[in-house]
Amino acid sequence: MNSKPKQNLVIIGNGMVGHHFVAEWQKQACAQDWQLHIIGEEPVSAYDRVHLSEYFQGKGHSDLAYCQESDYLSLGIKTYLGVKASGINKADKTVDLDNGETITYDKLVLATGSYPFVPPIPGYQNPRSFVYRTLDDLDAIKAAAQGRTTGVVIGGGLLGLEAANALKSLGLKTHVIEFAPRLMPVQLDDGAGQVLKEKIEALDVTVHTQTGTQSIEHTAEDRLKLHFADADPLETDVLVFSAGIRPQDALGKIADIDVGERGGIVINDLCQTSDADIYAIGEVALWQNRIYGLVAPGYRMAETAVASIAGSEHIVPFQGADMSTKLKLLGVDVGSIGDAHAQTSGALSFRYHNESKGVYKKIVTTADGKRLLGAILVGDNSAYDTLLQYHLNDIELPAEPDSLILPNLGSNAAPALGVDALPDSATICSCLNVSKGDIISAIDAGCCSVGDVKSSTQASTGCGGCTAMLKDVVDATLEARGVTIDKSLCEHFEHTRQELFHLIQVNEIKTFDALIEKHGRGLGCDICKPTVSSILASIWNEPVLNQPHVKLQDTNDTFLANMQKNGTFSVVPRIAGGEITPDGLIFIGEVAKKYNLYTKITGGQRIDMFGAQLHELPLIWQELVDAGFETGQAYGKSVRTVKSCVGSTWCRYGQQDSVSMAILIENRYKGLRAPHKLKFAVSGCTRECAEAQSKDIGVIATENGWNLYTCGNGGMKPRHADLFATDLNDVELIRTIDRLLMFYIRTADRLQRTARWMDNLEGGLDYLKDVILNDSLGLGEQLEAQMNRIVETFECEWKSTLQDPEKMKRFRTFVNTDASDSNVVFVAERDQIRPATTDEKANLIATA
Amino acid sequence: MTVQVTKQWQKVCTKKDLVAHSGVAALVDGKQVALFYLPENDAIYAIQNYCPFSDANVIARGIIGDLKGKLVVASPIYKQHFCLTTGECLEDNTVKLGVFDTKIEDDHIHIAL
Repeated sequence: MNSKPKQNLVIIGNGMVGHHFVAEWQKQACAQDWQLHIIGEEPVSAYDRVHLSEYFQGKGHSDLAYCQESDYLSLGIKTYLGVKASGINKADKTVDLDNGETITYDKLVLATGSYPFVPPIPGYQNPRSFVYRTLDDLDAIKAAAQGRTTGVVIGGGLLGLEAANALKSLGLKTHVIEFAPRLMPVQLDDGAGQVLKEKIEALDVTVHTQTGTQSIEHTAEDRLKLHFADADPLETDVLVFSAGIRPQDALGKIADIDVGERGGIVINDLCQTSDADIYAIGEVALWQNRIYGLVAPGYRMAETAVASIAGSEHIVPFQGADMSTKLKLLGVDVGSIGDAHAQTSGALSFRYHNESKGVYKKIVTTADGKRLLGAILVGDNSAYDTLLQYHLNDIELPAEPDSLILPNLGSNAAPALGVDALPDSATICSCLNVSKGDIISAIDAGCCSVGDVKSSTQASTGCGGCTAMLKDVVDATLEARGVTIDKSLCEHFEHTRQELFHLIQVNEIKTFDALIEKHGRGLGCDICKPTVSSILASIWNEPVLNQPHVKLQDTNDTFLANMQKNGTFSVVPRIAGGEITPDGLIFIGEVAKKYNLYTKITGGQRIDMFGAQLHELPLIWQELVDAGFETGQAYGKSVRTVKSCVGSTWCRYGQQDSVSMAILIENRYKGLRAPHKLKFAVSGCTRECAEAQSKDIGVIATENGWNLYTCGNGGMKPRHADLFATDLNDVELIRTIDRLLMFYIRTADRLQRTARWMDNLEGGLDYLKDVILNDSLGLGEQLEAQMNRIVETFECEWKSTLQDPEKMKRFRTFVNTDASDSNVVFVAERDQIRPATTDEKANLIATA
Repeated sequence: MTVQVTKQWQKVCTKKDLVAHSGVAALVDGKQVALFYLPENDAIYAIQNYCPFSDANVIARGIIGDLKGKLVVASPIYKQHFCLTTGECLEDNTVKLGVFDTKIEDDHIHIAL
């Protein structure tokens, strides 16, 4: 029994480094002997600040957060979020909070981070100037940008360009103002800065280098006018300062612990401050007169502090950190490694500069050309991983070091540094400090996929920059052990869906039996049967209820209806584009009334009728078919609906006739079976009332035609669609959708929607554009022809099923009686039926 | 231990009412039974139609197949697998569906509850 009172560990600051400290601390055996207290000035728990600009691309706190406050609480941690620490008394070992509370500590960790430096330019304090650091900052910027046109960032460093990206995603015409002669002066040289500037300007962001802002004027129109030394003034609606960071060290001064001359709380190699019970980690800490403004060194400090406080035998003292960075700024690759400016004495530089492609590469080597000291990359980061490994592991360079950055022209292939050449000590993931050796040990311990290794070692869960490298190491290690990676669909087929698709198409296989006999084993199962059925339907388009295919179908496809939780079915006729006549509406209403069905308008602009028993389906559908309705295929992994707004026919803002286009699209692709359901929408103008950007295929009218978006979805993990092509005419639009859908059907995995499919295509959106728009694989005509075949062979499954007595015999609740299922019980709610709950059912049966 | 000496066979339907490699439901003495037909060995499997996981009579509508050598049906609502010969649930060994003997005589399907 443990009667010893717990010690108190107080951590001030809940940013990325503060959170990492907590996560590492929880792994310690002694964690249970301590009461952890987290104080955070922001009202929300720690989130990923590195990817802050994604907040404007639709991500919220929950997407960026590492955990929720409730997760801390469930671990028994006390949290004080939205509360500021106002004082530290190191004699009493207490922390004062601005809510009046005082907390006692045994050990204290300062992870207060930094604050943005705002240069005191005359007029800098005004309601239209902001900094870029927290979600609150972003909310304020977003509010100020509402209905406005222009944004300016002062500061052309790494963070400034991130902020520019954020302003651009708010739809503002964006300018970047940098005092130095080039962008990112710390990481890049003049040549690289110039290439980056040109690339960014091509994206419609104006860059003003060598420009000093002298004053800021708040005009009568509630705008800001920036006055410069040597240039015309510039007016803007939003101004963001990103002129560097300063350590948030005020508490250090209050506590009277050592603070550096130019700021930062002084720490030793164990991350202790001048008071041994107080630690400092992250951007607030000053180690050997240096502040580390990147997240990886902050994580290393957190790990050192955890080990030191826990009294671990395996403390790794903080020894500085590599400041190499690889990122995508406004979509442009930028990389900087080590001594990028060749400041080491005797260093040699090698440069490659391609103005037409906008690529700049430079490496810096030792005087003998044998070791890599540093590098700069702009426009093409493909060499980054290799160069970084040469640098970090001190690997001897090839005889001609420039071959590493020269383009691969035939026989002079650049010698890529395979993962085999790396020593086990090589760091693969620098955010989480995972070495090649760690990955190999994880595989030794039983991991056998990238996913396993990720969850076991945490590799690639930080910035994600090392994903490709991690996969190479995992694959190479598994391969070296003779492990083949199992991609089997199920125990009956040692093939992926894509491989089965090719087998069926190339060998003209028409049935499941023929396929399993030749390429599989056993009888099949509920995984492979529907998958193969879907492929057969996509290629040959035979009715799914034809005899050889019947046994392959999921219940919904078997009965051409959606089975609900109580075993009854729902019925959805097609209402293309959501357009329906009053007579059509009345007819649906009458059918629903006659069969006592519950009716509801669906999200896809049609009408769903619930509560039909199996034997009622043919009766209901006979009436619907006679009245001219077709199956809506709401039951299939197939084309569902094309939602539309009313468009230019009625709407004063409409640019094109979105309803006609929606009906055309829905009638073209109806009946198409796919790896997963497919949803479409067409909006008549940029106001986007049809919500096309949340669909697999989204079409938005422009003045000149149609913009096509793809790979969006709602559901559990909503994703905005990506803009795929602009200003297409009707013919181009249909041709592009034909190709896109057929390529998806050919190559996607089972139950993989378009968004995840594209994410998994090597090369992603750019590759997909290349295949579909530039026909880089020469598949275009084939894909179109295949789609035309499907369109031409469409038939309404309900119509043909009703005409076939052999198929109809399945639509009986029981084969030996006309009785209904007595377990199906309804009760009334809001003047309609609904399934009775288990309790209600028991009561009804008891009183009957 | 009890030994069933005589089975009470009941005529349910004809072979034509069945769907090869798939299921249909029958109501026998107020009990719902799912009947699956495998023509290659002329075998009929009878198993309770009620799925305890979903509280619905749906087993007859499931896809049949084999998993690790066992002949199974997958419940169409939450996809648990049940062995057609023993009724055992592969995902949860505390659940077992009722299974019944069947025979075919003159194209008629007989079942013993």
